[in-house]
Amino acid sequence: MPGPVKLSCRHLWKVYGPDPARFFAREGAAPDALAAEMRAAGHIPAAIDVGFDVHVGETFVIMGLSGSGKSTVIRCLSRLIEPEAGQVLLDGQDLLAKSDRDLIEIRRHKMGMVFQNFGLLPHLTVIENISFPLRLQGLSAAEQRDRAAHVIDLVGLKGREQSYPGQLSGGQQQRVGIARSLAVEPELWFLDEPFSALDPLIRRQMQDEFLRIQRVLKKSIVFITHDFLEALRIADRMAIMRDGRVVQIGTPEELILNPADDYVAQFTGEVPRIKILRAHQCAVFMANRPDNLPRIAPEDRIEGLMSKLAASSAGLDVVDSGGAYLGTVTAASLVGTLGRVEGTSPSRVAHG
Amino acid sequence: MARKTDGRTLLIWCLVLASVLVLALLQPRVPDLKAYPSAWTLPVVDWLNIGMDWVVGVFKPVFRALSAVMDYPLVWTSAFLGWLPWSVGTVIAVMIGYRAGGWPLATFTLGTLVYILLMGLWPETMNSLALVAVSVPLAVALGFGLGVWGFQSPRAERLLTPLMDITQTVPAFAYLLPILILFGFGPVVGLIAGIIFAFPPMVKNTIVGLREVPADIIESGLMSGATRWQLFFLVRCRAGLRQILLGVNQTTMAALNMIIVASIIGGSEDIGWRVLSTLRKAEFGESLVAGIVIALMAMVLDRITHGLATRAPDMSPPQGFVGRHRFALAVLGMAVLVHLATLALPALRSWPAAWTFDPAGPLNTGIEAFVLWAKPVLDAVKNFIIFTLVLPLKIGLLNVVGPFTWGFTATVWHAAAYAALVAVGAGYALSRGRAGLAVAIASLGLIMFFGLTNLTWPGATLLLIWFGYRSGGTRLALWTAAAVAFMLLTGSYEKAVLSVQLCGLAVLASFLIGTGLGIAAAESDGFSRILRPINDTLQTMPVFVLLIPVIMIFKIGEFSALLAIIAYAVVAPIRYAEYGLRNVPKDVIEAATSMGATRSQLLWRVKVPLAMPNIMLGLNQAIMFGISMLVITALVGTDELGQVIYIGLSKGNFGIGFLAGIAMAVIALLADQFCRAWQRRIDAKLEGAA
Ligand SMILES: Nc1ncnc2c1ncn2[C@@H]1O[C@H](COP(=O)(O)OP(=O)(O)OP(=O)(O)O)[C@@H](O)[C@H]1O
Ligand SMILES: [Mg+2]
Repeated sequence: MPGPVKLSCRHLWKVYGPDPARFFAREGAAPDALAAEMRAAGHIPAAIDVGFDVHVGETFVIMGLSGSGKSTVIRCLSRLIEPEAGQVLLDGQDLLAKSDRDLIEIRRHKMGMVFQNFGLLPHLTVIENISFPLRLQGLSAAEQRDRAAHVIDLVGLKGREQSYPGQLSGGQQQRVGIARSLAVEPELWFLDEPFSALDPLIRRQMQDEFLRIQRVLKKSIVFITHDFLEALRIADRMAIMRDGRVVQIGTPEELILNPADDYVAQFTGEVPRIKILRAHQCAVFMANRPDNLPRIAPEDRIEGLMSKLAASSAGLDVVDSGGAYLGTVTAASLVGTLGRVEGTSPSRVAHG
Repeated sequence: MARKTDGRTLLIWCLVLASVLVLALLQPRVPDLKAYPSAWTLPVVDWLNIGMDWVVGVFKPVFRALSAVMDYPLVWTSAFLGWLPWSVGTVIAVMIGYRAGGWPLATFTLGTLVYILLMGLWPETMNSLALVAVSVPLAVALGFGLGVWGFQSPRAERLLTPLMDITQTVPAFAYLLPILILFGFGPVVGLIAGIIFAFPPMVKNTIVGLREVPADIIESGLMSGATRWQLFFLVRCRAGLRQILLGVNQTTMAALNMIIVASIIGGSEDIGWRVLSTLRKAEFGESLVAGIVIALMAMVLDRITHGLATRAPDMSPPQGFVGRHRFALAVLGMAVLVHLATLALPALRSWPAAWTFDPAGPLNTGIEAFVLWAKPVLDAVKNFIIFTLVLPLKIGLLNVVGPFTWGFTATVWHAAAYAALVAVGAGYALSRGRAGLAVAIASLGLIMFFGLTNLTWPGATLLLIWFGYRSGGTRLALWTAAAVAFMLLTGSYEKAVLSVQLCGLAVLASFLIGTGLGIAAAESDGFSRILRPINDTLQTMPVFVLLIPVIMIFKIGEFSALLAIIAYAVVAPIRYAEYGLRNVPKDVIEAATSMGATRSQLLWRVKVPLAMPNIMLGLNQAIMFGISMLVITALVGTDELGQVIYIGLSKGNFGIGFLAGIAMAVIALLADQFCRAWQRRIDAKLEGAA
C-alpha cells in the first residue's frame, strides 16, 4: 500500500536554448505541439510536461535511452537546474518557490544525491568526503566523525577511511558517494545512474547492497537507470521517458505486460519472462493431485519458487488469501506457460 | 581561398615577382624606393612622448605613492634575507626541497646553495630572491583575482585575453622605461616589471583550473548544501588547486626571468646585474660563474614550485594541529636550532671568506686558450654562415660576393648563371607539378640575390601582401597591409626588416634543427631521454644566461645573437615534433605497417604528415620565443628593433623604445596570424583527406 506522497512534480518543463521563456507566454498549448515548435526554433526541450508522484518509502525509477531527459528531470527535482515551467512539491510545499537559503537548508537536511561519476572531491579522504556535507553545516568534529562512521559501516567501507578516492576501485568510490549522500540522513534520496559506470558483476553486487540499505532505511527514492533489469530488481514503480516525455508509468510488471507503445516494448522485450511471471499465471487446474502439496500465494514470483518446485516434484498449490484453491504449478505447467509467453507479444501473458 | 595553385594564380605570382625584380633593379637610381621617405612618416615618437609626459604629469604622484608602498615589503624582505644566516637559509631551503621532491631535490638544492656559497655570491642571490619573494605573491594574487573575474564573466575573459597577449608579446625591455619613468629608479622597477610579466600565466591557469572542475563535483557540492562561498572556496578552488598551483609555478619562473632582465637598469646588487656588468667588462669567467647561479636558482625554484603543485597527498594524513602542521613546525624548529648554533659558531652565520673560491681567473685563461685553439674552425664556421646566409639575406649576394668573402669578384656572368640556376630549379619543380615549390624557389632566389634591405619597400610590401592573401585570404592580406603600413608610417620599416631578417633566419634554423631532433627523439627512446633534461634546462633558464657562452666564444655581434636565439627557440619545435609523432594514432601505424611500409616510409609518409599540425605549432612557438629573445640579444650588438628599444631605454627616450616595442609586437602578431593560416590549411588538408 503506498504511503502519503513525498515528492510530486506536475507539468515540468526544461528547455535549453537562447530564449526558452517566450514559449510559455500563452497558456493551453498541447505539450507535443509546443515541443515541436521549440525544436523548430532551435531549442532543446529536454523535459516535456513531466509529472509523477513519489510516495514515502517508495523507490521510483526513471528509465529511458541516453538523452531522453532523465538527468534533466532529476536535476529539476533537486533544483540543480531551474525548470522553465511546472511545479515540484516536496511534502506539499512548492520547492521552486524556495529562496536560496531555504534550498540550502533543504539540501542539508532533506535531500541526498548520488552521481553517475561519483562526484568525489579528489583531495579529501574517504572520511573527509563523507563528512563534507556535515562540515558545511558547521557540525562539531566529534559529531561529524560519529555520523560519518555510522554510514561508513552501513556501506561496508570500514578500514578505508583514510584512503583517497584515487586509491579506490569504482565500486568503492560509489560506496563513498552513497555514504556521503546518506550522511545527512535525508528523507529524499536521488540516484542518477549510480551503477552505470561499474562492471556488471560489481553492479549486481551494488544493487544488492542498495536493496539491503533501502530495507533498513526506507527512504523515498528517485533512481535513474537505463538498464531495465536493474529497474526490475529495485523499482516499486517506474516511469519510462522518451525524448523528454514520460511515455508510461507503472510497476515493472505492468510495463512488461502492457507496454504503452513499441518504445516501451523494446525495453521490456529483452526481459526473460520468468523474471516477472507470478504463480497464478502458471497454475493449471488439476482435479487429481496428491494431498498436502506445499501452498503458495497467487502473487508469488515464479523466479523465487524454483527451489520449492524442485523439492516438490508433484507441484505447488496456489491458494488465495481466503484459502480457496486456484490451481497447481508443476514443472510441466511452468514450461508450458514459458513456451507460450517467451518471444511472443508480451501483452498475451496478461490474459494467459 | 583558393588552395591549388592554378594557372591564373601562377601568372599573378610571376607578375608580382617580376615587379619586385624591376623595382629592385631600379632602386639604385630612385633613392625613395630603397628607404621609405622620412617626410611621409608620422611623428609617432613625439606623440608618444607627449602622451607619456601628460600621463606622468597627471599620475606621477599616484605611481610614486604606489612605488613607495611597494618599497616596504621589498626593503623588509631584503633586510630579512640579508640578515638570515646562510646556515639557517640552507636548512630551510633543503627541507622545502625534500618536501617538494624527496632526496634528489633536497640534494640538488643543497648542491646549488653550496655552489653559491663557495663562489661568494650569497648576498647577490639573496637580493634577487627578495625580488622574487615579493613579486611572486603579488603577481599570484593579481593573477588569481583576475582569473576568478575572467572565470565568472565571459566578457571579462574577452577583455583579459588580448591584454595578456600584449603584456607577453610586447618585449619586456619596452615597458621597463615607462615603469622607470612612472615609478622612479630603484629595485621597485624590477618588482613591477616582474609582476606585469608574470601575472598572465596565473590568470590563464586560474581560469582553466576553475573551469575544468567536473560538473559532477560542483553538483555534489551543491547537493551537500554548500553556500555560494563554500562552493567556491571549499569545492571549486580546492578541486582546481593543482592547475592553479601550476600557474604559481609558471608565474614564479616568469618573474625570475623578468627580474634578471630588469637588472639591466642597475641599482641593485643582484645576481642579474653581476652577470651583466661582468659581461660588459668582458670578464667571461666571472659572468659564467654568476650565470650558473641564475641557471641553478631557476632550476631549483622550478622543481620546488612544480613539486609542491603536483605532490601526491599523504597516504595517511595525520590528525590534529601538530600533525597537520608538522612540516612547518619541523622547519621552524630546525631553523631555531641552527640559529642557536650560529650564536656559538660565527662561521655558521656568515660564510667565511677563506672558504670561498674564485675560479674566474683560471676559467678566463681556459676560455681564452680554448677560443684561441679553436679559432680557425670557429671562424670558418662563422664566416661560412655569415657570408652564405646572414649577409645575403640582409644585403643580397649582389653586394656580398667579393674577393674577401667568396674569393672572386662577381661579374654579370655570375649573375646570369645564378639566374639560370634559379630558373632551372623553378622550371623543374613546375614540370613536376609542384607549383608551390617553384614559386618558393623563385622568390627565395630573388630575395637572396638582392637582400631583404634592397628589395625596395614597395616591392617587399607587394610580395608580403600577396603572400598573405595566398596564405590566408583577404583577411590575412588586410592584416599584412595594416602591419606594413604601421611600419612605414611610423618609420620603423627599416629596422623591422632587419629584425625579420635576423629573427627569421634564427627561427627557421631552430625550426629545422628542432623538428629534426624532435623526430629523432620520437623514433628513439634513448635519444629522447638524453634530450629531455637538456630541453628542460634550456627552457627554465632565464634568457640572459644563454648569452654568456655564446659571447664567450663568438664575441659580440650578429652571429652570437643568431646562436642565442636558436638556442632559446629550438626547444618548442623539438617538443611539439616529438609529441606530434608520438601521438599519431596507433591503428594508423598498424595499418601502414601491415601494408608493408618500411620504417622510413612509415616515418615520412605517415607519421610526419599526420604530425604536421603539431609541428606547425612548434613553428609558431619558435617564432614567439625567437622574437622575445631578439630583444635580449640587443645586448650583444644587433642592429634591429631590439637595439632601438635598448637605445630608447638607455637614453631615457620613452617614445623611441616604446614604438619599437609595439613594432615588435606587431611582427609577432602578424607571424602568429600567418602560422594560424598555415595551420588551418594543414588541418583542412588532413580533414579533406580523411
Ligand atoms: N546544458 C545543456 N545545454 C543544452 N542541451 C542540454 C544541456 N544539458 C542537456 N541537454 C540536452 O538535453 C537532453 C537530455 O539530456 P539528459 O542529460 O537529461 O539526458 P539523460 O537521459 O540523462 O541521458 P544519459 O543517459 O546519457 O545521461 C539531451 O538532448 C541533451 O543534449
Ligand atoms: Mg544522465
